[in-house]
Amino acid sequence: MAAVMSLPATRQVSRAEWGDRIFVVGGKWLWLSLLSVAVLLPLLAIFWRGFSNEAGQGGGLVAARELLTSANFHWLLGNSLKVSLSVAAIVVPLAYLFAYALQRTLIPGKAIWRGLSLLPLMAPSMLPGIALVYLFGNQGLLRGLIAENIYGFWGIVLGEVIYTFPHALMILLSALSLADARLFDAASSMGASPARAFRSITWPATRQAVFAAFCLVFTLTITDFGVPVVVGGDYQVLALEAYKAVVGQQQFGRGALIGMVLLLPALFSFAVDAWLRRRHGDAMSGRAQVFRPAPSRLRDGCYLVIVLLICALLLLVFGMAVYSSLVKFWPYNLSLSLAHYQFEDTAGGGWLAYRNSLTMALCTAVIGSVLIFTGAYLMEKTKGQKHLNLALRMLSFVPMAVPGLVLGLGYVFFFNLNGNPLHVFYGTMTLLVVCTIAHYLTTAQMTATTALRQLDAEFEAAALSLKAPLYRHYLKVTVPICLPALLDIVRYLFVSAMTTVSAAIFLYSPDTILAAVAVLNMDDAGNVGGAAAMSTLILFTSASVSLLLAWASRGALRRSQAWRQSAPGQ
Amino acid sequence: MFKPLALVAAVLTAFSLNAFAKTDLTVYTALEAEQLKSYKKAFEQANPDIEIKWVRDSTGIITAKLLAEKDRPQADAVWGLAASSLAILDQQGMLDNYAPKDLDKIGKNYRDPANPPAWVGMDVWAATICFNTVEAEKQGLTKPVSWQDLTKPEYKGKIVMPNPASSGTGFLDVSAWLQTYGEKQGWQYMDDLHQNIGQYVHSGSKPCKLAASGEFPIGISFEYPAVQLKRQGAPLDIILPKEGLGWDIEATAVMKGTAHADAAKKLADFSASPAAMELYKDNFAVLAQPGIAKPQTELPADYEQRLIKNDFAWASKNRDSILVEWRKRYDGKSEKVAGQ
Repeated sequence: MAAVMSLPATRQVSRAEWGDRIFVVGGKWLWLSLLSVAVLLPLLAIFWRGFSNEAGQGGGLVAARELLTSANFHWLLGNSLKVSLSVAAIVVPLAYLFAYALQRTLIPGKAIWRGLSLLPLMAPSMLPGIALVYLFGNQGLLRGLIAENIYGFWGIVLGEVIYTFPHALMILLSALSLADARLFDAASSMGASPARAFRSITWPATRQAVFAAFCLVFTLTITDFGVPVVVGGDYQVLALEAYKAVVGQQQFGRGALIGMVLLLPALFSFAVDAWLRRRHGDAMSGRAQVFRPAPSRLRDGCYLVIVLLICALLLLVFGMAVYSSLVKFWPYNLSLSLAHYQFEDTAGGGWLAYRNSLTMALCTAVIGSVLIFTGAYLMEKTKGQKHLNLALRMLSFVPMAVPGLVLGLGYVFFFNLNGNPLHVFYGTMTLLVVCTIAHYLTTAQMTATTALRQLDAEFEAAALSLKAPLYRHYLKVTVPICLPALLDIVRYLFVSAMTTVSAAIFLYSPDTILAAVAVLNMDDAGNVGGAAAMSTLILFTSASVSLLLAWASRGALRRSQAWRQSAPGQ
Repeated sequence: MFKPLALVAAVLTAFSLNAFAKTDLTVYTALEAEQLKSYKKAFEQANPDIEIKWVRDSTGIITAKLLAEKDRPQADAVWGLAASSLAILDQQGMLDNYAPKDLDKIGKNYRDPANPPAWVGMDVWAATICFNTVEAEKQGLTKPVSWQDLTKPEYKGKIVMPNPASSGTGFLDVSAWLQTYGEKQGWQYMDDLHQNIGQYVHSGSKPCKLAASGEFPIGISFEYPAVQLKRQGAPLDIILPKEGLGWDIEATAVMKGTAHADAAKKLADFSASPAAMELYKDNFAVLAQPGIAKPQTELPADYEQRLIKNDFAWASKNRDSILVEWRKRYDGKSEKVAGQ
């Protein structure tokens, strides 16, 4: 494989080899320039904007000092920290129990619980907030259960808990999926209790994932404004302030400064996580045996109760959102109607917003998965251009540490720079697609990389010795084999694009308004029923597409992946 | 003999229609979303060669956006923005003075006094309290009749009002309190009112919507959503406080330097025309052209007399400092002020 790019200069270079050279070297440079424009330059623009002191923009060093020392900023920062820490402290243990139940117990109906737990990923973050207002607001269905109304600290915390739960769950599920049965056998034969086995085997193997989940939840919460804008009341947080500074007061410098502050926790946790990962190393050896939990009525009963409670809460919240979108005039006329779905007569963009979102999600999913998968292939399966590979790898990890809010601000600054020829893309669908792909790049790329690493490098060597061009091998062999992973990336990008507001809120124009942005606008105008209706539409669209792709993926698995059944190490 | 000619003519017409594509006119507005559709339709029917592209948001946000885009204006015209905001744009030299065809029919209080005017009014919107009668009964609240009543302890946490930084309605309230009570007492009044505010919200119509659904029983809002919601059957009393109502003018202006000046001026012509007033009159009780408005059954006959004497020059000159002071006192610091 190494030979692909280090051909002896004297040899006659065939057409196929030229094609490969264009495919590999050209592809990498193209990917590098795309990543630079879509990730690196917008981020640099934030720093440039934050520290330039243009009049009336609230940026510059003096403004920075003023901001950082003001009582208002300390209040906002304190609120943000309090909320984010509380959410992480609640979500991570719950998600751990839930993941443990799915991976290490024998409770029935695992597929259903797993599906339900993913519900919050399918809707914009405003939806839990809206549902909470209908449940615990002053006119809420369950208002009697709580002393104070929901607006404020607890409203934000509850909303964020629901919104971030599946994110934490996914990390913990994958961490708990790896277990070596031999260790547990050894422990029990030495007379260790299950609690002892957990302390000395399971916990050490998963605590790094717990830390990662904690950081992810913390970062998601501190940078989200969808929940606070709906149920925050007068309890304000930094992310909302950045949103208001830019959208409300057009103070881009101030927005950039707050954006930089919000970048800090993400960068910090990313660095610590990477450091821990290096120390930790690989826990699983190649000889590990798959862990199969022993039956235990008591344990399974307890976990089933926990899982049922969490799923019931999720169903309550999402069911309430759907129900409220159908109620004619809450709370005085509870008859059902589709009046809130008449989007044409209300603020927010109407059906155009929904159509735009579909277009945006489709483009993001198709273009994004092709680009990301091909990019990952070039990085993984060709060995030339070491420095180029390193640069690509580093750049594609950056979006993981950059919250959508900050990335969106970066796009505003970079594409609005005086004299930037790319300004023509500002406000267009193209830019929204590029920004969304960049925002969700890292996770998609990691899925691609994992799938590609399962393929032996001998495939490429065989292709080379048969003198088959690499790009043909890529299209005819690699892509079909990795189809399930590819469909997974398509699904992830589609759903993320349908639900995202954090970056898009800064980038849309009247022609390219998105459904999730419309939800925010309708709620702002007091049209909560309409906001619930649009959220419901997004929820059902994402869920249907996910189910469709899961079904397609299963079909593809059955037809082209029979080899996996007998493959070693699976 | 005539048939082929007619055919040629038809083909030529078809081609010319294709050749002269419509002018896209970018219009910034803070009008209520429900009004946009009929206004756009009426204008485009009168001007088939022009298509409106709306950019809509609350008054404060549209104002901030226009100011931020000063060096690279994106808007061709403004249709339906507070006169106090347009006056600021005028001071910045961003508006193109233009006398629309029906200017002589516009009341002299409802246009920019300069000649030709920088902005021309459409209608008046004014402060209103939306009071939910069902919730009032449930919670044993007496009906307020004045602005002062709203500071009574019984309303603690029950009142919603728009944030003046983002909402034009919020700003006209604050500006009216400062003008009627005087600066010192005005701020004192807002300090007291702040104790009773359950939430400050983004838009001027949201407080009334929240009152209509009983989420908060009292909303400081304006008359348009109040009338609309009452017609939809919401259990609302529309209260016009006895001290008088703060108000502002919704107005139209042409942006300086627009590439579509002709189309923008046609919009200004239309906005001041009797045909447009017929549209406005469905939504508003006081119009810029006297004699067209019809009384709205939900509002008292002497509605126009209840408006306070409003000094727009003062309001737009002091808008920035008022908002800074307001933010300092009430925005994001509710805990501190409450603790004093």
